[in-house]
Amino acid sequence: MTDSGAQETGPARRGVDWAGIAIAAALALLAMVLVLDAMRIQANVTYGMGPQAIPIAIAIGLGVLAIGNLVNALRGDFPEREHMDFRPVGLVLGGLAVMISIIGLGGGFIPAMTVLFAATATAFGRRAILVDLAIGFVIGVIIYIAFSRLLTLSLPAGPIERLF
Amino acid sequence: MDIFAALAHGMVVALQPMNLVFALIGVFLGTAVGVLPGIGPALTVALLLPVTYKLDPGGSLIMFAGIYYGGMYGGSTTAILINTPGESASMATALEGYKMARAGRGGPALATAAIGSFVAGTLATIGLVFVAPYLVDIAVKFGPEDYFALMVVAFVTVSATFGDSPVRGLTSLFIGLTLGLVGIDKLTGQPRLAFGVPELLDGVEVTTLAVGLFAVGEALYVVSRRHQVEEKVEAVRGSLWMTKEDWKRSWKPWLRGFCFGFPIGALPAGGAEIPTFLSYSAERRLTAHPEEFGKGAIEGVAGPEAANNASAAGTLVPLLTLGLPTSATAAMMLAGFQQYGLNPGPLLFAERPDLVWGLIASLFIANMMLLVLNLPLVGLWVRLLAIPQPWLYAGILVFATMGTIAAKPSVVELTMLTGFGVLGFLMRRYDFPIAPVVVGLILGPLAESQLRRALSISLGDPMALVQSPISATLLGVAFIALVAPFVVKNMSRFKATED
Repeated sequence: MTDSGAQETGPARRGVDWAGIAIAAALALLAMVLVLDAMRIQANVTYGMGPQAIPIAIAIGLGVLAIGNLVNALRGDFPEREHMDFRPVGLVLGGLAVMISIIGLGGGFIPAMTVLFAATATAFGRRAILVDLAIGFVIGVIIYIAFSRLLTLSLPAGPIERLF
Repeated sequence: MDIFAALAHGMVVALQPMNLVFALIGVFLGTAVGVLPGIGPALTVALLLPVTYKLDPGGSLIMFAGIYYGGMYGGSTTAILINTPGESASMATALEGYKMARAGRGGPALATAAIGSFVAGTLATIGLVFVAPYLVDIAVKFGPEDYFALMVVAFVTVSATFGDSPVRGLTSLFIGLTLGLVGIDKLTGQPRLAFGVPELLDGVEVTTLAVGLFAVGEALYVVSRRHQVEEKVEAVRGSLWMTKEDWKRSWKPWLRGFCFGFPIGALPAGGAEIPTFLSYSAERRLTAHPEEFGKGAIEGVAGPEAANNASAAGTLVPLLTLGLPTSATAAMMLAGFQQYGLNPGPLLFAERPDLVWGLIASLFIANMMLLVLNLPLVGLWVRLLAIPQPWLYAGILVFATMGTIAAKPSVVELTMLTGFGVLGFLMRRYDFPIAPVVVGLILGPLAESQLRRALSISLGDPMALVQSPISATLLGVAFIALVAPFVVKNMSRFKATED
């Protein structure tokens, strides 16, 4: 493994920084999306800039930054990263996904919050799912009542909300 | 004098019972949320924005003011008692404050932070009162090319000048600018980056972005590092009050902190923790007790805390007079104005002086409320800090989601929230600064409209951008600010820790 040279900020990385390269590639991709979208616009402005000018300018900037990030990645300029635990992250994201589905399918605010609360608490290490579901339910009810009665803001109503 | 008349009128507005109640609620909520670890002042304002949807603009802006200052007070409580590096708005406070807490002097540390914040905040608000009208007079003479140049300076200083890596800072900024493009172009009605999804035609909501990046992103990041050692809360032992010696050693740092914080915070350039850093070094050099620094010297808390609060108040100067947000927190305040269709700037001073001066008067009142509230309620705040992490972050996510659902209960919006959360997580992991994204989102469209206005007035002549002496100077400053980090080493010393 080659040592990519000592940097002033952060320790040196060994070998090629694949994550950094992926980031550079993503930026380049974003730049291309911008250009494609800008080309689709047909607006003729007599003088000054049309709506497609700035997107293209930003796309150029992103392209330059993609190269900059690539250079950084090859030089090992990204700081060292510690080991990451994927499972809890996945659990939180799963909780969010279920929450979105519940809202999208008309299940209502309270069940969605219940699931989100319990999933997050479990991801952070608690092993008492039923208690957490109960707490999430209570919090959801309190927020729903506070918002819909006191502040008259409407939150998505499903079967459970109609009981309140 | 005009200023005093305006301020008196503002006081009348601010002292109305309903507005006092709003200020109190704002201060209380702001401190409570600001105390929670992992939640900085920007996120505090973002999370509490939905609470204000149904209120009238005057009342809710007053509540924002309370939340803004309260969030900063809450943050310093956390810094002193938990010492979580990099997440509190003032690392310098954590340096000496935490040592004091461990030595059983947590009470005086909190007291000097609270009183210092009050003194500096009040002085800074007085400064705001006097500086604002002059700046408004100057701002009225600004043409679109001047505004554009000013915004470019803000872009560069927020993202590139102070920070570990200008490339990464600029990348964050450009991601924010890209997000700012989404939606319908105001000048021609053309949709951009909407990909045929109707909900995207309204653009990306800044609160969705901020809450996603800050709250969801932080939660994902913390949960991925759960095996790390958990932070320990230092109990507040001993007396809450400062001794005469403490007072003697604190009052000059407070004043010096104000002198560092307000002018630098008021500069229309963002992203630097210069005031806090300068205050800490100055106190270290000027102290009569140099041996205490590093072990819990009260000057090391008094000065930086005062500087921090004065700087936060100073940030309101470009926000209110020019409509220029120079930090993520200021960007959230701007979003708060925009949700009522208000645009801070010289026009707002002229059209709605009751609103603006009522807000400024409320800052004084909020400051006083915070002083009175915070010291006795320290016990309550400490108990908040003791909430177990799983429930804390679960609650944060619930509140974050609730805010977005209350604003726009669409699956698209919630998916964007989650997506921004993932983005925030990745940015934390790969060391990309987060504030520039928010500033890019909210300032980008403003800058674009000024640029296009300038160019259409000049009939397409790009030289119009440098013809005015103001804009030429500012663009020159921006260029220097862009090149400086590549040439001058060690600019990252001044990196902002606000998030």
